[in-house]
Amino acid sequence: MPHVHFSGEAARRFTGGLTELEVEANNFRRMVLELDRRFPGLGRQIEESMAVAIDGEIFQDAYLAPLNPESEIYLIPKIGGG
Amino acid sequence: MTYMPKELQKVVGTRPIRPDGVDKVTGRANFGADMVMPGMLWGKVKRSPHAHARIMSINVDKALKLPGVKAIVTSDDFPPIASEEAFVGEGPMNFRDLSRNCLARDKVLYDGHAVAAVAAISPSIAEEACELIEVSYHVLPYVIDVEEAMKPDAPLLHDDLFTQGVEPKPSHPSNVAKVVAFAKGDIDAGFRDADVIIERRYSNAPVHQAYIEPHACVVSFAADRQCTIWSSSQGQFMVRAYCAKLLGIDISDIRAIPAEIGGGFGGKTLVYLEPVALALAKKTGRPVKMVMSREEVFRGTGPAAGAVVEVKLGAKKDGTLTAGEVVLKYQAGAFPGSPVGPGCMCAFAMYDIPNAKVTGYDVVSNRPKVAAYRAPGAPNSSYGVESCLHELADQLGIDPLALREKNAAKDGVKAVHGPTWQNIGYAQTLEAAKNHPHLKEKLGPNQGRGIASGFWFNIGGESSAACHINEDGTAVVVSGNPDIGGSRASIGMMAAEVLGIPVEKVRPIVGDTSSIGFSFLTGGSRVTFATGMAATQAAEKVVEELKKRAAMIWDIPADAVEWKDGKAYPAGPNAGSFEPLPLAEIALKSGRTGGPISAEVSINAQGAGPGFATHICDVEVDKETGQVKILRYTAVQDVGRAIHPSYVEGQIQGGVTQGIGWALNEEYIYDKNGRLDNPGFLDYRVPVASDLPMIEAVMVENANPRHPFGARGVGEVPIVPPMAAVANAIADAIGIRMRDLPMSPPRLRAAIDAQEPVRRAAE
Repeated sequence: MPHVHFSGEAARRFTGGLTELEVEANNFRRMVLELDRRFPGLGRQIEESMAVAIDGEIFQDAYLAPLNPESEIYLIPKIGGG
Repeated sequence: MTYMPKELQKVVGTRPIRPDGVDKVTGRANFGADMVMPGMLWGKVKRSPHAHARIMSINVDKALKLPGVKAIVTSDDFPPIASEEAFVGEGPMNFRDLSRNCLARDKVLYDGHAVAAVAAISPSIAEEACELIEVSYHVLPYVIDVEEAMKPDAPLLHDDLFTQGVEPKPSHPSNVAKVVAFAKGDIDAGFRDADVIIERRYSNAPVHQAYIEPHACVVSFAADRQCTIWSSSQGQFMVRAYCAKLLGIDISDIRAIPAEIGGGFGGKTLVYLEPVALALAKKTGRPVKMVMSREEVFRGTGPAAGAVVEVKLGAKKDGTLTAGEVVLKYQAGAFPGSPVGPGCMCAFAMYDIPNAKVTGYDVVSNRPKVAAYRAPGAPNSSYGVESCLHELADQLGIDPLALREKNAAKDGVKAVHGPTWQNIGYAQTLEAAKNHPHLKEKLGPNQGRGIASGFWFNIGGESSAACHINEDGTAVVVSGNPDIGGSRASIGMMAAEVLGIPVEKVRPIVGDTSSIGFSFLTGGSRVTFATGMAATQAAEKVVEELKKRAAMIWDIPADAVEWKDGKAYPAGPNAGSFEPLPLAEIALKSGRTGGPISAEVSINAQGAGPGFATHICDVEVDKETGQVKILRYTAVQDVGRAIHPSYVEGQIQGGVTQGIGWALNEEYIYDKNGRLDNPGFLDYRVPVASDLPMIEAVMVENANPRHPFGARGVGEVPIVPPMAAVANAIADAIGIRMRDLPMSPPRLRAAIDAQEPVRRAAE
C-alpha cells in the first residue's frame, strides 16, 4: 500500500502523533479522502495548504496524480515562488 | 509529445529579438501608470505615522469639504471578512489580513500602514485632503526585531494569534504565528558520530524587491457593477480574485487587464491599491487612478523576510556530513505568512545528510507584511547553511568546493523534507564550477574567493494558452501570464517550433481575464515551464487541425498527412502525390475548410524540475573604508533547456545582482519610534551597473524530462547563493567572518576595527 509521511507539524496535529502510515488508494484524491475519513479535518488541511511529493515528484492540486502500491508520499507545505 | 533532441530544433535555443523590446526602449509600452480614462479621478492614501497604534477615530469632515474632493474611503467601506486562509498569490494569505493590510481596521501595525484613501480631481488635491483627514491614535509599544518579537513580554500585534504547530494549543496569544519542523534520521546520533561540530548564528535584513515601477492602477466601477482594472501585477487573475473577495464582488463582474510590468520579483503577487481604488470608484461612479510614490512603495509594500538562522553542522574528519540542525526565525511583517516553510525545506536541499532537523518560526512584528521575493525563504536559510559549510571546510582544512562535492545530493537521495531526488543537476553545477577558468585566476592582497550553492523547487500549476492562426498564415499566441522575465518570447518560440514557422511570424501576447482561461500568477519560475507547456499543446492541436484541413484540400484521410517545417506533406507514397501545402495556404482557405483555426488549452502542469546553482565570487576589500568590490562573479546553473538563452542569462544576472544587494548594502533602517528612515533609493542602496563586473552565466543543460522542450524554471535559484558567496569571499580576503547582513562599509569597517587589537596582539 502507498506509504504516507507527514513532514510538517500542521498535519501531525490531526493524526495523534503518527508521522507515517499506509493508505489504500490509487490516486491522490482517493488518498486524501481516505485520510480525511480516518482523521477528520486533515483532508481540508491538505487541500488548502499542502503539496504532495509522490515518489520524489512534487504535485500541487493534482487529484488524479496516480499512486502505486510502492509509492512513497510526503505531505509538505505548499510551495509558491517570487 | 517531446521535441527534446536539440539538433531537431530550429527556434528553441536561439536568441531572437524580444517581442516587447521595441515598445520598451522607445517608451511606447503601457505600464500601470500610463493608463488614463475620461473623467478619471486621482486616488491617494493616508498612511500611519506610527509603528503600532489603536485607531480611536477617523474624522474626514475637513477633507471632504476641500473643493475637488469626491470621496473618502476607510476600512468601513470594505465588508468585514472572516479569517480565511487562501493560496491565491505566491504563498498562504489570509483574506481578512489582506483586507486589513489594504486599509487598517482598528489598529495600525506599521509605519506606512494605509488608513484611508481620497479620490479627488487632481493628485495634489487628493494629497492635500489626506493631510486634512484627522486620525486619533492611541500609540502602542512596538517591536521590529524578530527575536525581540518572539519574547513572551513583547508587544502583541494580534490578540487572537495563537501559535500553530505546537501541542497543546497555547492558551496565550503570541507573535509567533507558526512553528514548522522537518526531521530525518537520528540527529543526536549524527552529532555523536561527528569528529567536528560547528555551531554558528547568522542574520539577514529584510530587503525590498525594489522593482523600478511603483504599484499603479486605473479602475472603473460602472453603474451595472461591471468593474475593469488596469494594473501592473504578476497576475491579472490574482488581482481579480483578491478584489472580488475583499469587496464582495462576483468574479464574473471583474475584468482585470494586465499592464506591462516594470519588475515584480515576487513583490507584485498581492494587491495594495486595486481594492481601494475600486471602493473609491464605486463611491464616486468615476474611474480612479492610483500610483504609489517610491516612499509609499518602501513604507507600505513588500519586503522579503529578514531572518535569524542558527546552524549546527557535524562532520567526519574526511568531510562527510553526519548531522545538521537549523533553527530559522523569519519575519512575517504585520501579518502571519513568512516563507519559513520553503526556507526550512531549502536549508539542506543540496546535501545528502543522514541526520537532520530543521525548525522554523513564522513571527509577526511591526513592519510591512512581507511579500514573495525570488525563491522566497531560500536565500535566508541557504545563506546560513552555505556560510557555515564554508566555516566547516576551513576548520577541516578541506576545499569548500570539494566538501560540497563529497556531500552533494544526487538522484536517489532522500531530501530532509521528504522527497527522493530525481533528475537533479546539482553535481553537474559543481563539476562545471570546478572546471571553470575562474578558479584558476590568481588573487591579490585583500582579495578573496567564495563559493556557495543554492536550490529552488520551481513549480508548475494552472496555465492557459491559445493559438490562433491568422488568415495570412501568421499566428497569435495568447497566454494568461504577465511577462516579467521573457515568457512571451519563450512561449512564442515554443509555439513557432511546433508550428514549424519562423518566430517572427508568431505574435505572443498576454490576455486579460476575460479573453483567456484561468492562469495562476507569474511566479515560482513557472511560466516558461507551465504556460509554455499549455502553448505547446495548443500549437499541437492547431497542427492536428492544419493536417485535417490539408487532407480535406487533397481529399485524402487526415492520418495520411504529416507536418514538417510549417507545411503539410503526404505521409508516404500511398497517400498520393501532392505539392507540400504551406501553413499560409491552408490558412487562406480556412473559411472553406471549416472556419478559423484556433485552439486553447488549459492545464495544471506537473513535473517542474528543481533548480540548482553554484556560484563563484571574487571580492576585494578596501580595509580603509570597508567597501567591498565585486571583482568577478560566475554563476553556474542547471537550466534544463534554455529556450531563449539570452533571457536565461538575464535571469541569472538579475538574481545575482539582487543577491549582491542583500549581501552588501540593502536594509531597512528604523528610527527610535519605529518609523522607516530610508524609504528611497538614495538611502536604500541597491547595486547599480557601475558596482558590478559582467556576471558570467554558465548554463548547464540537464533537460527536464517532464517538459516537451526540457525546460526548468530559471528565475529564482540565482538569488539563493550570492549572500553566502560574497560573505565567504570576504572571509577569504581579510580573515573576518561577517555573520550579519548587510556587510555594508560601516559594519565591515567596525569588524575590521574590532579585529585590529587581536591582530596586533598576535603580532
